[in-house]
Amino acid sequence: MHTRTGRLLPFTLVLPSMAFLAVLIVIPLAQALFLAFAADSGGFTLDNFRRMFADANFSDAWRNTFLLLLLIVPLQVALALAIALLVNSRFRGHRWFFLIYTIPLAVSDLAAGLLWLAAFTERGYLNSVLQSAGVISQPMLWLSFDNFGGLIAAIVIAESWRTTAMVLLVLLAGLELIPRELSETAELFGAGRLRRLVHVVLPLLRPSLQSAILIRTIFAFQTFAVVFALAGRNLPVLAGEGYSWYTTNQDERIAAAYGVVIVALSLVAIIVYLRLLGPRETEVQR
Amino acid sequence: MKARVLDRGLVYGSAVVLAIWALIPFYLIAVSAFTPQANVSDYPKPLFPSSLSGATIQLFLESSGVVPAMLNSIVVALLTVVVGLVLGAPAAYALARFRFRGRAAFGAVVLVTKMFPIAILAIPLAAIFVRLGLYDNLITVALVHSAIALPFVILIVGGVFVALPQDLEEAAETLGCGRWGAFRRAALPPAMPGLAAAAIFAFVVSWNEVFAASILTVRTRTLPAQVLASLSTSPLALKFIAAFFMVLPAVVFIILIRRYLRTVWGPR
Repeated sequence: MHTRTGRLLPFTLVLPSMAFLAVLIVIPLAQALFLAFAADSGGFTLDNFRRMFADANFSDAWRNTFLLLLLIVPLQVALALAIALLVNSRFRGHRWFFLIYTIPLAVSDLAAGLLWLAAFTERGYLNSVLQSAGVISQPMLWLSFDNFGGLIAAIVIAESWRTTAMVLLVLLAGLELIPRELSETAELFGAGRLRRLVHVVLPLLRPSLQSAILIRTIFAFQTFAVVFALAGRNLPVLAGEGYSWYTTNQDERIAAAYGVVIVALSLVAIIVYLRLLGPRETEVQR
Repeated sequence: MKARVLDRGLVYGSAVVLAIWALIPFYLIAVSAFTPQANVSDYPKPLFPSSLSGATIQLFLESSGVVPAMLNSIVVALLTVVVGLVLGAPAAYALARFRFRGRAAFGAVVLVTKMFPIAILAIPLAAIFVRLGLYDNLITVALVHSAIALPFVILIVGGVFVALPQDLEEAAETLGCGRWGAFRRAALPPAMPGLAAAAIFAFVVSWNEVFAASILTVRTRTLPAQVLASLSTSPLALKFIAAFFMVLPAVVFIILIRRYLRTVWGPR
């Protein structure tokens, strides 16, 4: 990259987007804090948070959000790693398969929920296949409100299906940075496939794994529409409660309190992420 | 030799299984969408139906609010593309071509906003827009979508300009084109496919977004917001068709810009 002398030009080019992001992030953030912490009289209050914590759905939403996070992230990182290793072996036709694996990336969380609803609903394809194969004699109620395991499993499957492609892209880019000679040398010294993976590839892939896990963790705090599509409000999650408090209950203060909780969780994860990356890595990729 | 054949079988076997896993929901939703009205509640459903029909789709398109919602979605997505490119492309160019004070900081801002839960901020924003009389307005939805799409636009376009050699621009400038002329004649044409990819990505981001769109609107709904709002009332068959319509353009677009996806979700 060359150094140019036009001193003000880069700032003029960058300023509009900086200003735009500042307005659309800083102002609503301040407003969220104001709504969540300000009393009607104008003073500081924790009442909104007290009411949020006291709400029966809050502890469920908190538990479900983290349960989904703890189930989905490891599952899809493992799956994405397997796919990335497979694609990176550059077998004949791997480009076509890679393209197929990235297609779910285009699907929104709401649409992903509805796609899998076609499989899991009472008269859906999963029950149809199981019944035709003689495994069940009448349709199973996978998504019934009292089938907690079924609801969680359906959401985990839908959300893993949708976002594994994202993790795959991060991991594959990381794998491609690892020189092939390293693995080949290890092979020469008699290291088997598993040993090469554990002792050569995974340690070098660590930065990519870390960033994939953190990105997914941050997005997991926003999990919402896929849950609504498959479980309705039978399985509360944090973002869904924020949505419901705003739309159904029309209480913008409690909704804002949920917003503050989600933003705070995300910020903690983002700070961890930046710490791990270090300052120099944040430049636009070359 | 035998081991290699076995190896190959394993590679292609797992590749095919994974491909089926990636594609089967699309197949199921397409079959569901084209199931004739009479067969909608058949059970067990055949995986390979004997008859298909567009009648239920027609019903969906004729049901109130669907076509306007689609048009709203398109308007919001196009606005997002315009705002995203107008703001993002110059910033990306600056990041790729200049060394300036605060460049690293701006790069960090881009990375952080890529992950920041901007959609959640629709809740406090809605409160602001209500007071300003801007609530339930497609422009405000597009503004939030632009903020969500902006870091991705900057990453895609920035990657494109970084990959373009600067010599051409410098040559054009020495030949008397001027800074802007050199950019327009030497840098812009080869960057066009990348700019198009960024535009498409911004479109898909907006087309898919549901949280902010649902919070910020009541009557002027985008398609996902409309679908979300009617989840508890609309019949299953219509939900599946709605999903089909939400997914179809997004999938086509993502396939079109597949080369650029790596810049968006690169090694970090």
